[in-house]
Amino acid sequence: MDLTSEEQDMLDGKFGKAAQKSMEILSALGEIFNAESMVEVTGVQIAGVSYDNLGEAGLEFLSEMAEDGKVKVLTTLNPAGMDRENWRLLGIDEEFAKNQNRVIDAFARMGVITTCSCTPYLIGNSPHFGQHIAWAESSAVCYANSVIGARTNREGGPSALASAITGKTPNYGYHLDENRYGQVLVKVNCDLKGTDEFGVLGKIIGDKLVELGMKIPYIIGISSATVEELKSFCASVATYGGTALFHMKGITPEYDKYPQPSENLIEINETNLEQARNKLIDDDIEVDFVSVGCPHASIYEIEKISRLLKGKKVNKEFWITTARPTKRIADEAGYSKIIEKAGAKFAADTCCVVAPIKGRFKGIMVDSAKACYYGRAKNKFKVKIGTIEDCIEEAIK
Amino acid sequence: MKLKGRKIYKGIVEAEAIVTKDGISFYGGVDPETGKIVEVGHELEGQSIIGKVLVFPSGKGSTVGSYTMYRMMKNNTAPAAIVNEQIDTIVAVGCIISEIPCLDKVNINNIKTGQNILVNASEGFLEVK
Repeated sequence: MDLTSEEQDMLDGKFGKAAQKSMEILSALGEIFNAESMVEVTGVQIAGVSYDNLGEAGLEFLSEMAEDGKVKVLTTLNPAGMDRENWRLLGIDEEFAKNQNRVIDAFARMGVITTCSCTPYLIGNSPHFGQHIAWAESSAVCYANSVIGARTNREGGPSALASAITGKTPNYGYHLDENRYGQVLVKVNCDLKGTDEFGVLGKIIGDKLVELGMKIPYIIGISSATVEELKSFCASVATYGGTALFHMKGITPEYDKYPQPSENLIEINETNLEQARNKLIDDDIEVDFVSVGCPHASIYEIEKISRLLKGKKVNKEFWITTARPTKRIADEAGYSKIIEKAGAKFAADTCCVVAPIKGRFKGIMVDSAKACYYGRAKNKFKVKIGTIEDCIEEAIK
Repeated sequence: MKLKGRKIYKGIVEAEAIVTKDGISFYGGVDPETGKIVEVGHELEGQSIIGKVLVFPSGKGSTVGSYTMYRMMKNNTAPAAIVNEQIDTIVAVGCIISEIPCLDKVNINNIKTGQNILVNASEGFLEVK
């Protein structure tokens, strides 16, 4: 792999220890994946922020990097394990809160913007078409590549941080045109509506891709999709299929840049949707927790929730997970007041996937297929998917 | 016997081999406190990898595994070196941040558990003693 003299100097330690370690990571990855060179990135999204996932070792690594590491490009963070302001109300203990803040402080020392959201593209880390970026967070990677048409591989926490510190990533995979062709034709023969239904579609396609051993679906037959529906779809297809890129005819910007694949046809009709939805509803579930906002709720979703909750009372633990800046807009618009008056809680900066809530609840109801996967796998809850309206109805029952 | 490989992270070390045909997930599959494989049903379940030349086909599982390897290095429970058939990003990044010598592209069928191995990752080969 060819390194520029600046990159070689980083590798030789002339820009300090953190830059050296970062370039070691990136050049090794470049060698493994046969990259010819590095490419400059304009933005980074870092995952591995919740203390629940990182532990003391991860924190120690970050602290060492923060000794002389500074980010060179716009860099934002994935959700943390707690709401940074409201953690007590959400049942997070003091010790965890202390450690979580140590993690966030280490990132802040490096110049990272500590947004703590899985939807960076809604709150100011929004690349434009064709830009090279280095993002972790599988749902955001899928959104950036597919919906925006930016270019990123699926980075892990350390490699994303390495790109933030050096401003570079090895030029392979989804950075190159030749790896962005659709591989599997998906024909959707029914109308879809809502974040839950697009999540179910993501699960069907994701599961099929794993069976086929392929990654990039080319989807036809969807006439329209909102940003909220697309973010739900991205989260789901990335969770179940490991997908980092899809094309959707008439909707995503690169659908006509690459040919429609003629092989590997998957057809999806209403029966398939119904069957897949049923797989996301556990038998004998007793819902004691409702969570909306996976990926983080947009301001439009929060406005809708406030309309549905106006004058009502929730009878179960009900979280709305969102980014702090989105929460601030909701505060100013008066939505937060309505929602909190109904007894629902905002959980900003965090979500039901990364918060340390294993075993705290028996059954979770969500509008997200991704949240179903992690609710089962990580937190050992029974799960149930429904529309946002269904979720609210369940909460006030 | 000398076997060629590709350097993932530099270093020269001699230690006893522990070999498996199963993939390893460091996040959840290895206990960083005891240095033992804990994945249920794994060929090496219950066995310690501390100070060994750990030989397996490829890594698997969550990217958090890189941090688990770093934690093992800090706990003195890490393997002395790692030898893979085909490296994956989790183990590669884990070795780099933890400074564990690592080779891939090695024909691991030629290595048996208990053999003494000299790993020269810096120059891209190993020797079965």
